Amino acid sequence: MRALIALVSGALFGAGLHVSGMTDTTKVRGFLDIGGAWDPTLAFVMGGALLPMFIAWRLTHGRTPVAGTAFPAPPRSEITRPLMLGSILFGIGWGLVGLCPGPALASISYGGWQGALFLAAMLTGMWAVPPLRRLLDSDRRAA
Amino acid sequence: MPIDWIWGLVGGLMIGTAGAVLLLGTGRIMGASGMVGGLVDRTGADKATTGAFLLGLIGTPAVMSMAGWQVSTHATSLPWLLVLGGLCVGVGTRFANGCTSGHGVCGMSRLSVRGFAATAAYIGAGIATVTALRVGLGL
Repeated sequence: MRALIALVSGALFGAGLHVSGMTDTTKVRGFLDIGGAWDPTLAFVMGGALLPMFIAWRLTHGRTPVAGTAFPAPPRSEITRPLMLGSILFGIGWGLVGLCPGPALASISYGGWQGALFLAAMLTGMWAVPPLRRLLDSDRRAA
Repeated sequence: MPIDWIWGLVGGLMIGTAGAVLLLGTGRIMGASGMVGGLVDRTGADKATTGAFLLGLIGTPAVMSMAGWQVSTHATSLPWLLVLGGLCVGVGTRFANGCTSGHGVCGMSRLSVRGFAATAAYIGAGIATVTALRVGLGL
């Protein structure tokens, strides 16, 4: 049941990314190019996406998931160094190519070798993070 | 082109509905980097759910594309740019514990301070990067 729900959600997510134009890197980089030929499409996508999610979070109050045990705990509020430095690094990569993880996966069937190379590098980066974290932690303890 | 904005809004509503279905149905947050990252580095639980989600995410655009609704990614053909960009996105989203879908769509909609802070940071860094590439390298 959980897998079926996730399949429907993933299918809808992929279709939404496809029709919104967010798998087209020129639209994403165009949104970030505020001093050039600015393309506001991404703002419409984000606005449209926030609305159902806002309602969904309201609906979680006092309930449990249809097929699950509990909803996520309330969000933490600490602005940490990994959060900010990680997000800045992500933003740099996002600006360089115009793909973030969702669209990179959604477009893999038609993204050509460029999409495959980006995805391979992205997955390598993700795979490297737990050892990187351990390295950083041991440096901090040694210092 | 305003027709693109309308498609953006329609696609956005679909993306938000996808997040709502996953949250209300399974209690999970729809974060693309968390889903795929948890599989890649083996920190993620609930692998069947994640696998099904990713199958849908990759499968629908493939089917739509084959059915004639084609989108071009227009991605750069500079290998160094693709590799550097991919590494930054992979490492950055895992350190930050989220990307455009997790921190952006799911975080900001629950008024999470961390969601807003992360989104401001990656959009700011993205604007700076695109501007630097255009002005500095003409890309």
